[in-house]
Amino acid sequence: MRVFATRHPIWTAILAIVAVVLLWAIFAVWPEGLEDVIGRKKIFLNALFNGVTLGGLYFLVASGFTLIFGLMRNVNLAHGSLYLIGGYVGFYTADITGWWLLAFPVAFIIVGLIGVLMQIFVFRRMEGEDLRQTLVTIGISIVLADLMLWSFGGDFYNITPPQWLSGPLDTFFTTGYDRRGELIFLRYPSVRIVIFLAAVVVGLAMWLMLNRTRIGMLVRAGVDDRDMLSATGVRIQLVFACVFAFGAGLAGVAGVVGGTFQSVAPGEDTRFLLASLVVVIVGGMGSIPGAALGALLIGMAEQFGSVYFPTYAVVLTFLIMVVVLAFRPYGLLGRA
Amino acid sequence: MVAIDRPSVTARPSGLERVPAAYWVVGLLLLVMPAFASGFFLFQIMGWAFVLGLIALSLMFLAGYGGMVSLAQMSFAGLAGYLVAIFGVSGVSAVSQGWPWWVVIPLALAITMLFSTAVGWLAVRTEGIYTIMITLAIAAAFFYFTRQNYDVFNGFSGFNSVLPPQLFGVNWREAVPFYYLSLFWAAVGYFAVLYISRAPFGLALQGVRDNPRRMAALGYNVTAHRVAAYAFAGLIAGVGGILLTWQSQQISPGTVGIQPAIDILVIAVVGGLRHPIGAFIGALIYVLLKTFSTDVLISLGLSGERFQLLVGIGFLVVVFFSPDGFLGMWDKFRESRNRDPLTGTDRRQAP
Repeated sequence: MRVFATRHPIWTAILAIVAVVLLWAIFAVWPEGLEDVIGRKKIFLNALFNGVTLGGLYFLVASGFTLIFGLMRNVNLAHGSLYLIGGYVGFYTADITGWWLLAFPVAFIIVGLIGVLMQIFVFRRMEGEDLRQTLVTIGISIVLADLMLWSFGGDFYNITPPQWLSGPLDTFFTTGYDRRGELIFLRYPSVRIVIFLAAVVVGLAMWLMLNRTRIGMLVRAGVDDRDMLSATGVRIQLVFACVFAFGAGLAGVAGVVGGTFQSVAPGEDTRFLLASLVVVIVGGMGSIPGAALGALLIGMAEQFGSVYFPTYAVVLTFLIMVVVLAFRPYGLLGRA
Repeated sequence: MVAIDRPSVTARPSGLERVPAAYWVVGLLLLVMPAFASGFFLFQIMGWAFVLGLIALSLMFLAGYGGMVSLAQMSFAGLAGYLVAIFGVSGVSAVSQGWPWWVVIPLALAITMLFSTAVGWLAVRTEGIYTIMITLAIAAAFFYFTRQNYDVFNGFSGFNSVLPPQLFGVNWREAVPFYYLSLFWAAVGYFAVLYISRAPFGLALQGVRDNPRRMAALGYNVTAHRVAAYAFAGLIAGVGGILLTWQSQQISPGTVGIQPAIDILVIAVVGGLRHPIGAFIGALIYVLLKTFSTDVLISLGLSGERFQLLVGIGFLVVVFFSPDGFLGMWDKFRESRNRDPLTGTDRRQAP
């Protein structure tokens, strides 16, 4: 950070100003004039919260994608299908057992197993053939999408969170004064907050595991030089299978989260595949912090876009991608 | 082929004699087909195959000669179709300008080329797998944009009743005229790609595909060649898109969605990316599958809706076993036929 500050003083200053303005906008009570120009603070805060929590969901999907890409250079365009499978598995688990929390490990394990199968039967057989891998995963995603449409139909499935998470939560963010001059505080669905915190925990755990443990060391070494790592006697294929299982499992967990946030339906697979593509393109391929940054940016852009200029929300997302690509072709935190 | 490979004693044949026999057969067959084929077959099967083949041809040109797999080709085609509907005549009179066709079509193609150049400029900053992802993201953005924008693109419903102009007093949407129209443009596209692949630009592009650093060292502008390839591919896709709009009479976000974009990739890959004819072979297979698979599936006792499953599995099998698509299979078959079963040597080379 200090290196960044000394190298790019102007950028640091701009970022600091943006951060200060944002903090002020979040915590202060807005004056009348500002509310006239860009609408009420409640709308702004809701868009911000929705953007951040959506970013958490995007991070869960995209981090698995970027982890797999970073280590194995495998582009898994069936990642969205894994997400959707996770959603359906989670729905049925929660529906049959009645335990919402149980949906997460079950989806993680089942989708992780599917990921291992894909790694063994598809990616291991065509190592280094990027284009073929991509095409095969596209084929797999077409087949999986139709199989799921066949077995689950075109209905919308909604995973209901348990009782203790269903109500709104009082936050300490003010939205303004009421008629008696007292502060009003924002109320926000508690399930979203809990899930966002869970995403943060998952992200931190991943970061710690990658940077502080032996397995993380193996994975990072594999990212840098795969051949050298296998020459030192590490069973690289086992590491590959484990990481693939973990990345796929994360997609499955994200499916449960997405099913609770929104809904599980056909078409969500491409939507989330695209979201994770844009996130990793913006954040940088193979970088976990990059995925977090990209997910936050894209989630905010989508929500703020849909609130403040509804018809052009997609264009805003796209514009971010274009600007990032034009100046940093490998993403914000990516390496060449 | 054999005669060209060996040093021939006689003078090199010129003009029409150099055209291979297969071209004569296929060309004649296509020209006289309206004499015996039904209108449905001409319009729905052959016409559609030519149009989809044109769009897949633009992908084949980029991927086969430029090494850039772009999933945005359907967006270029769709943009051209949209522009024809916006500037020309359509059922949505509130948006359509109703300009004459000789303004509309060149304008639509020019804007499409501009768009594809811009996309190309963006996409060539990255390589290989990144290109696929970025063009897929662009295709998705275009799809969502057309669906959300009501001022220009008329949102979810798009444009209907987009008809070709009544040029020379012919209704170009009737089976036989449309067949010849699409055949003409397919042939133009095919021979243009074939010609460019042997022209200096195409050769330089193939050089850039194989070794960009060496080409840059030789003084070629790598980026400019790639962007130019995108522009040319955009032109081909634009022509295909206009024909597609006329054939289906409408253009809507569904035409430019993710699924059609991937379908174009499936067509090009199944046909084979090494030769322009692959795009048309793939398109014909796809159209035949799409038209008749419902009947086949129902006769097998399955629901007719499982078309995508059939396409997906077929695509998987082809990609898994023959990365070069049907052209690759054909080459393998020819090679194995020419090989002597006893010695394993090439029969043609044997004395």
